[in-house]
Amino acid sequence: MSILIDENTKVICQGFTGSQGTQHSEQAIDYGTKMVGGVTPGKGGQTHLGLPVFNTVREAVDETGADASVIYVPAPFCKDSVLEAANSGVSLVVCITEGIPTLDMLEIKVACDSLGVRLIGPNCPGVITPGKCKIGIMPGDIHLPGKVGIVSRSGTLTYEAVKQTTDLGFGQSSCVGIGGDPIPGSNFIDILELFEKDPQTEAIVMVGEIGGSAEEEAAEFIKSNVSKPVVSYIAGVTAPAGKRMGHAGAIIAGGKGTAAEKFAALESAGVTTVRSLAEIGNAITKVTGW
Amino acid sequence: MNLHEYQAKRLFAKYGLPTSNGVVATTVDEAIAAGDQVEGDRWVVKVQVHAGGRGKAGGVKLVDTKEEIGAFAKQWLGKNLVTYQTDADGQPVNKILIEECTDIDQELYLGAVIDRSTRRVVFMASTEGGVEIETVAENTPEKILRATIDPLVGPQPYQGRDLAFQLGLNMVQVKQFTQLFMGLAKLFVECDLALLEINPLVITGEGNLHCLDGKINIDSNAIYRQPELKAMEDETQEDARELEAAKWDLNYVPLDGNIGCMVNGAGLAMGTMDIIKIHGGNPANFLDVGGGATKEKVSEAFKLILSDENVEAVLVNIFGGIVRCDLIAEGIIGAVNEVGVSVPVVVRLEGNRSKEGSDLLLESGLNILAADSLTDAAEKVVNAAGGAK
Repeated sequence: MSILIDENTKVICQGFTGSQGTQHSEQAIDYGTKMVGGVTPGKGGQTHLGLPVFNTVREAVDETGADASVIYVPAPFCKDSVLEAANSGVSLVVCITEGIPTLDMLEIKVACDSLGVRLIGPNCPGVITPGKCKIGIMPGDIHLPGKVGIVSRSGTLTYEAVKQTTDLGFGQSSCVGIGGDPIPGSNFIDILELFEKDPQTEAIVMVGEIGGSAEEEAAEFIKSNVSKPVVSYIAGVTAPAGKRMGHAGAIIAGGKGTAAEKFAALESAGVTTVRSLAEIGNAITKVTGW
Repeated sequence: MNLHEYQAKRLFAKYGLPTSNGVVATTVDEAIAAGDQVEGDRWVVKVQVHAGGRGKAGGVKLVDTKEEIGAFAKQWLGKNLVTYQTDADGQPVNKILIEECTDIDQELYLGAVIDRSTRRVVFMASTEGGVEIETVAENTPEKILRATIDPLVGPQPYQGRDLAFQLGLNMVQVKQFTQLFMGLAKLFVECDLALLEINPLVITGEGNLHCLDGKINIDSNAIYRQPELKAMEDETQEDARELEAAKWDLNYVPLDGNIGCMVNGAGLAMGTMDIIKIHGGNPANFLDVGGGATKEKVSEAFKLILSDENVEAVLVNIFGGIVRCDLIAEGIIGAVNEVGVSVPVVVRLEGNRSKEGSDLLLESGLNILAADSLTDAAEKVVNAAGGAK
């Protein structure tokens, strides 16, 4: 078992013939992901990377039976692309693109929720179930099939957590990058809920960062809904207030959203926290006794 | 992106909101002449900087003569205003707003933000105007009234009326407030705002609502579709190094430590700063070279880090996902050769082609310390910068 995706997940790519879409679809195919085609309006009927190209997502889903779509189109066109995917029969949309206007995300989120479509991202590395399916830009070779579920707001911090759990031999059930934007398609709670239900996942790593209150809300959720051990790291203890730290969502505003508040909330919910990101793996060892 | 008060008020006026007549001056002569252009025999003069707390810092004054306007302009133009919201250097004053004086009966607060938890634009109104809304939220949260905008349906007049009645306004003011609310909500969406504040929104001596101040922040992700707002950007209010970084699509935030950081990924860049601190050091900056790091970008990043005179050592921490470590290594070697780096550089490469990258650095013959883990890297760079402090 795993969450969101597995060896049977059929994936299409929007922005398939562009440079990003091409590069990462190639890597996904190499990894063993069941890529079944792609969408680039105007290039329908062509073949790219040995797969069919369609003009619309609707056509692609009808022809291939795709369950998921991954989006590599530029930010100004993402609202259109996500809404097209969400209205065309896929149940999972993964949007990698950074820089989508926040007001676009408000509308996208309402639409996806009402259609029952799960959106991961934007501004994220994507989702991987090691050894089975990779949707996104993460390097496949650092992963190991296993028992730790990882959820994170940051791409490279996810890789750090992956590497540590691979080096220790624990491996990962699934890894989900929910992205660094203020309005993510899925939040920590959505993913924690899935990990809690997934029999393959025996421990959870949650990587947060400054800005917003998603970690505090997750802490509340963990307190009463998560029975599995959770290890958490929050980036940005040293970040100054009022400055956006790279991610659109990483900003301490009006004195709120500090790392200290988040650590405190998580600790009071019984979560094992680490101050150094190099200690994530060791903390799992300690809390699980593995 | 932030706007100046005068720019915010021009937008307010465009959306039919009541603001004071005013003129912006960039020289002392213009400021004095503004006294003739703005009617009345009393004026409010206000420095235009991207920071709150101007009043307490002496950047806002009530004046009765044109000579006083001139004196105020002379005092501030070309100088920096330091407020509790700025750093020790303050913000440069290049413009002054000269406005007609408003007779104030009561001060209210009206603002809007994108609330991350509810994923909605939320309006906040309060009878406690003129003070920071964060303070009101902390001390008397019950005095903040809220209206949530449905992203698909948009703002509705009843929401404005509801706020207005709760604020205790009379019927004439309720109508004015509802118009104000609808106009602001339209402005918020059409201009892709991230934050909007009118503090204070005043009730004048005649009993009318009036926008006395204006603060607007625009969603940086949406600037591409707001060319008119983009043209209002005042680069003098930004940190010069942050601007230079932005040109190269680098995310850079200066800090006050002595260890320069170059990292790929915003999260890892923060994590790297944190781990330096844990090992007793102090980061000099946040710098994310991004996913598409090229040799040139790495080189520019290096120059930027070293332009900070406090930097005594540099830590390069790269986890190659999309980005290839061997390309980063080439960039580092190129930069060290070109810029002539005299401080120690500690490099930790992990992930995509990290072995090739490390080999390149070793073979380069440059004074580069290789680290084999994150902790090792943090310890090495703290030592190289003079040890834990």
